[in-house]
Amino acid sequence: MNLHDDFYERKLVLRHRLGQAFEWLCRLTTWLSMGLLAVLLLGIGRQAWGWLTFGFLTRGNSYIAEEAGIVAGLCGSLWLIGLTAIMAVPLGVGAAVYLEEYARPTRLTKLIQLNISNLAGVPSIVYGILGFTVFVRMFGLRDRPEKFVCSLGFVEFSFELPLGRVVVSGAATLTLLSLPVIIIAAQEALRAVPASLRHASLALGATKWQTVRHQVLPAALPGILTGVILALSRALGETAPLLVLGAAAQLSVVPGRIAGITDALTHPGKLVQAPFDQFTAIPLQIYSWVSDSSRGFEHVSAAGIVVLLVVLVLMNGTAIFIRQRFQKKIRW
Amino acid sequence: MASAGPARREQSTPSLRRTFSWQRTREQFIQGGLFCCALLSIVTTLSIIYVLVTEAIVSLPPDTSFFQEIGLVEFFSETRWTPQYAEEQRHYGILPLLCGTLLITGISGLIGLPAGLMIAIYLSEYATPRTRSLCKPMLELLAGIPTIVYGYFALKVLTPFFIVPVFKHTFGLSVGGFNALAGGIVVGIMIIPMVASLSEDVLRAVPNSLREAGYALGSTKFDVSAKIVVPSALSGILASFLLALSRSIGETMAVAIASTGQPALTLNPLDAIQTMTIFIVNVMQGEVVAGSTLEKSLYAVALVLFIITLGMNMVSQMVLARYREVYQ
Repeated sequence: MNLHDDFYERKLVLRHRLGQAFEWLCRLTTWLSMGLLAVLLLGIGRQAWGWLTFGFLTRGNSYIAEEAGIVAGLCGSLWLIGLTAIMAVPLGVGAAVYLEEYARPTRLTKLIQLNISNLAGVPSIVYGILGFTVFVRMFGLRDRPEKFVCSLGFVEFSFELPLGRVVVSGAATLTLLSLPVIIIAAQEALRAVPASLRHASLALGATKWQTVRHQVLPAALPGILTGVILALSRALGETAPLLVLGAAAQLSVVPGRIAGITDALTHPGKLVQAPFDQFTAIPLQIYSWVSDSSRGFEHVSAAGIVVLLVVLVLMNGTAIFIRQRFQKKIRW
Repeated sequence: MASAGPARREQSTPSLRRTFSWQRTREQFIQGGLFCCALLSIVTTLSIIYVLVTEAIVSLPPDTSFFQEIGLVEFFSETRWTPQYAEEQRHYGILPLLCGTLLITGISGLIGLPAGLMIAIYLSEYATPRTRSLCKPMLELLAGIPTIVYGYFALKVLTPFFIVPVFKHTFGLSVGGFNALAGGIVVGIMIIPMVASLSEDVLRAVPNSLREAGYALGSTKFDVSAKIVVPSALSGILASFLLALSRSIGETMAVAIASTGQPALTLNPLDAIQTMTIFIVNVMQGEVVAGSTLEKSLYAVALVLFIITLGMNMVSQMVLARYREVYQ
């Protein structure tokens, strides 16, 4: 009996040791991956140090490392994200509202839901191929692009069909890419709105749309905005689809050739023309710099990465700010 | 009351009568518009399938599709992939690309899956709420870093400061500036947050009664985590693994920057390789002649990529959905 107890005791000690070792292993893995994040950021920061100047932000691209700048990519990325937001947000929120508020659980609804979660997992490069065929080439509709001039009364702009490698093609591709993410996030935000709110509104005689428009959407807005910004910041860092579209990585001019804010105000036509102009984007420029093995470009690409990360941090910061600020105001 | 039929009721409450009203028309218009938004996702999927299938499998008579030019047998059995070579040296066998993808996915899985699962177990079973609230945003941060940044890290930091010193200077193996190992490692790091957060959700969904039963039978914390919680969440964990692996199959930029080489049938992680995604990106960077076999081969490769990732995603979505039903 005593012998048995002894055996059990020893086994228990071993089991506890094993447990502790396992706990430490898990803890170590967790902190190691956090440490990796720090190494990653510090390593890039060190490479970029001294190269991230004001001139870098305002110059166009160049073949000489010391004279390379990111302004074309920065403006291209801002145009892309702006247009993507204009297209993706109404479509995504609309789809989410339909699925959460209107749809009955039919087979079609289930199919759409399953399809959305599958689309979220499709590799971004496949979206690139889709965008290339549908927007850039338009299924090879015409052998040679045909030019159209469109007048809006006070300004004129021209575009080609098929669209070619322009900002709109890129933005449309990024829209398709980020739609599933936006829909899923918006659905979660809508689901978090308590049903009592809807019931109260409907009981007071509001129609379905009035309920959605004036009660549900405002209540879900912080959550939707957070999801939208996160999805857009993911789209901002996407390189592969734009590369597949054939966007010019080496371009050194801003879309629409807008020289500054005053130029944009005095020549509004340029603002309308910009979406139909060639473009580059921050990640594309980084890629072309990383691929360039000549001296100095590893620093330039690091500086470009820092700019990209700063833009992402600003966007994510906005999302967190919105979440914090509006969550406090709403009390059910 | 029950004898008052529908006709009576409509008479007594005129607002229920289905007469024409702008309000109702407007409501229906809005509902239709919203339905179209939701339908767009189906349209997207269909157009992906249409685009890939018309270029790769069947196309309208004047054009020929990729598989009409290159037989399926050659595509899956030929061991050379050289569509960019001169006319007579072109071979279209996808095996080297599949092999490269497999290599990257394998390395990334070896790193990302255990690490992600460990973090998930730590966060759901061991960590205090404070640690959790510190770690979760960090993981989100790790997940939010663009893939191109990981590519830069692999090429300019990991390879020169870690892989070359260890494998070349210590073991005397031949390593180039581009190698599959660097790409695989960063893709592995990239999928850690995904595995961790998905698996953690699954682990936390395991009801506490199971844990308590384990403790009541004299289990240690390790016994409970490793022999009760993880096995009962196994299907969900495997689904998250599958989802993560499908992401590393589709990963492009990090691999394109760190590992690009010639398509080769190799499983040596120190070689430069070509994956399906690298091939697509490489070809699209130059001018592609519309209607050429090279262009069609892009669609064929993209189709293979799409089918593989879609299949993995669908299986894991189904498993995750069933798992949610079991415990909720």
